[in-house]
Amino acid sequence: MAKTENTPIDRLNYEEAYAELEKIVSALESGEQPLEEALSLFERGQKLTKHCAELLAKAELKVQELSGETLSPFQEGE
Amino acid sequence: MEQLALFDSSPRWTVSTLTRYLRHLLESDASLQGVWVQGEISNLSRPTSGHIYFTLKDSGASLRCVMWRNEAARMRLALQDGLAVDAHGSISLYEAGGQYQFYTDAIRPLGEGALYQEFLRLKTLLEAEGLFDANRKRGIPDSPRRIGIVTSPTGAALRDILNTLRRRLPLVNVILVPTPVQGDEAPPAIVSALQALNRIVAPDVILLARGGGSIEDLWAFNDERVVRGVIESAAPVITGVGHETDYTLADFAADLRAPTPTAAAELATPITVLDLKAKMAEIGGILVRGMAILFRQKRESAAWLDNRLRLASPGRRLQTERQRLDEMSRRWNAAQAHRLEIAAEKFKGLENRLLTLSPLAVLRRGYAVITKDEKVVTSVMQIKLEDALRVRVQDGEFNTRVTGNG
Repeated sequence: MAKTENTPIDRLNYEEAYAELEKIVSALESGEQPLEEALSLFERGQKLTKHCAELLAKAELKVQELSGETLSPFQEGE
Repeated sequence: MEQLALFDSSPRWTVSTLTRYLRHLLESDASLQGVWVQGEISNLSRPTSGHIYFTLKDSGASLRCVMWRNEAARMRLALQDGLAVDAHGSISLYEAGGQYQFYTDAIRPLGEGALYQEFLRLKTLLEAEGLFDANRKRGIPDSPRRIGIVTSPTGAALRDILNTLRRRLPLVNVILVPTPVQGDEAPPAIVSALQALNRIVAPDVILLARGGGSIEDLWAFNDERVVRGVIESAAPVITGVGHETDYTLADFAADLRAPTPTAAAELATPITVLDLKAKMAEIGGILVRGMAILFRQKRESAAWLDNRLRLASPGRRLQTERQRLDEMSRRWNAAQAHRLEIAAEKFKGLENRLLTLSPLAVLRRGYAVITKDEKVVTSVMQIKLEDALRVRVQDGEFNTRVTGNG
């Protein structure tokens, strides 16, 4: 099983959470786990779904500026 | 006249100093240096020296012009008398001849669109090299995480792009390389911006953009260096230069050409945050259905075992034997049909229940999941007297203890 499955969900970024969610869904769809494992997959899947939805809701565009070799936050406006 | 000469305080010149002074006057006037002059060519002469001499004239005046050999060699336009042109250069004075002249360094045909001619020339050249071939085009990733932007930090193009990305996919990380997008410094700056992005950031896609402007304003995007820079970029490039009707050579070289900067940002984000939210809702549904399927499978296999057990029981066999003895084949057939009917009904009921089944729905109907040491209890073999058990019902969990086997 992947390493991320033990990571606290709120520490996962969207891509990580989504990747794990996809794995859980296909595992559940195969329906081959014992009930207790399926239940815990289901619960984690639901938490991941909620986490992803929250990340999507509060996502803010991150804009950086590359000058020379350095990245720094880009100040918009004017 | 003699008297005048004696008392006159007027400055005195030699021809040379006066001429040199005039030349200085002309050369120090910015409005006569590095300018375009429109006129018609006449008295064209190309001596063996390689320099070109001609006169530019219009209905009211004429202007002597010279183009030195070096510039003349770079000319792609075939000059001829009567041709209306825009000539670029500076006014100065030919001291030995006492004549002011227009020292020309470039000539483009008037009306024909000199830039367009140059555009076509370069396009044919680069096309022949295969740089615009469709099979060179790379796909645009549908879920980019990092988007590089090469444009002016102060232009409307950047504002449009950022607003579009913010609206469509605020999850992405945008890396801007502030770059001049017009003038002589633009082509090398664009090329090095593309290189820096690929080397340092390795974005999933790069937007090369500029707002609308005249053909001269957009000219940097027809520069051969920019075309090659786009071709050599490791990340696919989407161009969004000018307006819908503007096609630049960079557009032909790009992996994808967008009509405007806003459209470039849209093409870079084929999947939007709305799509992702819909996907999340869908996954939520899949999870619940997945659990329902699982429960159905478990129940079906349990029902199957139960059925086998009953068929194998002595009572059942006795009953069957009695039927075989007591009833004729017609009645046996009827009973068989009846049994099938019951089985079908039973299965239908089960199916209906399972259709809406999710773990929560199961619990809501009064079922409980019982765990011992975090293992689900599925058999009496797993527990003994006084074991601590955890019971999960629809709205929470509680602990309990085994007090007997009922």
